[in-house]
Amino acid sequence: MKKSDLDHIESLAKKMRISAVETGYGAGKNAAHFGGALSAIEILACLYGGIMDVDPKNPDKKPRDIIIMSKAHAVLALYTALAYTGFFPLEDLKTFENDESDLSGHPVMNIQRGIEFSGGSLGMGFSQGVGVALGYRKQKIDNRVFVILGDGELDEGSNWEAAMSAAHFNLGNLIVIVDKNTVQGDGKTDEIMNLGDLAKKFSAFGFETREVDGHNISALYESLSALCTSREEKPKALIAHTVKGKGVSFMENNHIWHHNVMTPQQYEQAMQELGRAVN
Amino acid sequence: MAFNKRDIRTFSMLGIRRSFYFQLTKEAEKNNNIVIICADMFKGNNLEKFQQSHPEQIYNVGIAEQNMIGIAAGMAKVGLNVFAVAFSTFISTRCFDQVRVNLGYMNLPIKLVGRGSGLGNNVAGPTHYAVEDIALLRTIPNMTVVVPADALEAVKIAEAAVNSKNPMYIRLVDAANVPIVYKDDYDFQIGKAEVLQEGTDIAIFAAGTMVNASLKAAKILAEENISVAVVNVHTIKPLDVQTIDKYSAGRKLIVSVEEHGIIGGLGSAIAEHNSEKVSSPPQLKIGIPDAYGKAGSYEYLLDKYGLTAEKICAAIKKKFLEL
Repeated sequence: MKKSDLDHIESLAKKMRISAVETGYGAGKNAAHFGGALSAIEILACLYGGIMDVDPKNPDKKPRDIIIMSKAHAVLALYTALAYTGFFPLEDLKTFENDESDLSGHPVMNIQRGIEFSGGSLGMGFSQGVGVALGYRKQKIDNRVFVILGDGELDEGSNWEAAMSAAHFNLGNLIVIVDKNTVQGDGKTDEIMNLGDLAKKFSAFGFETREVDGHNISALYESLSALCTSREEKPKALIAHTVKGKGVSFMENNHIWHHNVMTPQQYEQAMQELGRAVN
Repeated sequence: MAFNKRDIRTFSMLGIRRSFYFQLTKEAEKNNNIVIICADMFKGNNLEKFQQSHPEQIYNVGIAEQNMIGIAAGMAKVGLNVFAVAFSTFISTRCFDQVRVNLGYMNLPIKLVGRGSGLGNNVAGPTHYAVEDIALLRTIPNMTVVVPADALEAVKIAEAAVNSKNPMYIRLVDAANVPIVYKDDYDFQIGKAEVLQEGTDIAIFAAGTMVNASLKAAKILAEENISVAVVNVHTIKPLDVQTIDKYSAGRKLIVSVEEHGIIGGLGSAIAEHNSEKVSSPPQLKIGIPDAYGKAGSYEYLLDKYGLTAEKICAAIKKKFLEL
């Protein structure tokens, strides 16, 4: 990986984070899922910034890598990644959560905008990823499927059905990334429902597992690249240690920012912290 | 594909479920895109033969219906023609949200195939009955819901399902040696109800196993000079409202008969439609009552719930004479 490529992803992540906060603020009283989007920014910046085989000019190209945003409430990370990598105009982000918008509070399948699956009901994306991986293998397609999971989402038992089956079918083309921000809607994951050691759990289920600082672009890129090029016929899991609400001090590690409305003063402070002065 | 009388007799001996998979296996021979996903039910569905002949087209995901539907969605997303198989009750209730999101909301053309529908799991008891499945699945936008009346119709549905671009629920019963409703091949169309007998006093709208019982009941009533039409409503959704309208009009009574709970099934679908008219005949809803009872043999349960030809006939006659 060249330094210029990493710089490009760093720059992408910075723009996405600012835009995610702006877009969420723009939703006004409709509120937005800030915390879990800001924790996933670097993960999606790496995927869209170089890891994935996708083409914004030809979003339906076949074959291609497929991403499933299972923690679908983190749309501000997904939409900003898609907009800044050219799947749709940046201007469209202003329609976020508007009446009849394509960009609602949870993603709606729309391949022309690069959105592969609809989401919102947690615990479904992992199984869909197993299905894509099995389908690609049957069709002798070498592309990969990436599933973005939340750690809170892993409370849903269907994930563990999917994990068992991914290992059973030796799905080396499936990469799940856990955005382990340690906070869910009601509070700390350790207190609401303790997930234990996720890396050990995924390893025990039969995954090739890695852990990484989910905000360190260089480390993330290296981990994702290593998992993508691994020859092991095992599904891959990347546990990305992240901070919920990353980059905005009053949102960080605070569950009330899982889904909330920003005041103008809070917006101004957030923008200052992100290096963008508000006029 | 055309079928002769010998084929039809063979299907009848195989039963509804085996005939369905017989046809699906034939379809899979010429179409490598067809895949079956099953939740620990190869043996229960006689899918071993399919597994032997098409090992690259069948997947067992273990006892995990929620995961099965998600996997089906992923496979359908990349263009495979997916049939997901489990007991009717588990494929409709256990994974309802997965069905709603993946088949309904995303409109992925997955075919759900339920076995042991209605009271088919008899002595296993109510955990294994599927008497709410039609009610649940027909509430989901985009879904097609079909129920074959006999083994030939199951074969026809298998052919139609392979070629359908819509998500679908196919409700099968298990028994072998099922009565023949269609003695000759016929033109089957999803969404087009079949008038099996004309009649002017009463119209029976029946689905699945109850079509044959309703034909018998109509025959007994004819001997008492009550003229009864019988319509096979094999597609509960989309409902063939033209045929419902035509056979509701001018009748003194309409009757719905189904091996399903009386809430939410065919009877409800017809009542919902007819309720929008200025007038329509009174409707007798024959089905399984809104209660869980004790288990028993299939024949015992059909008799207990009034789903035999004799009891259907008696219920209709009683209602008809009250009018």
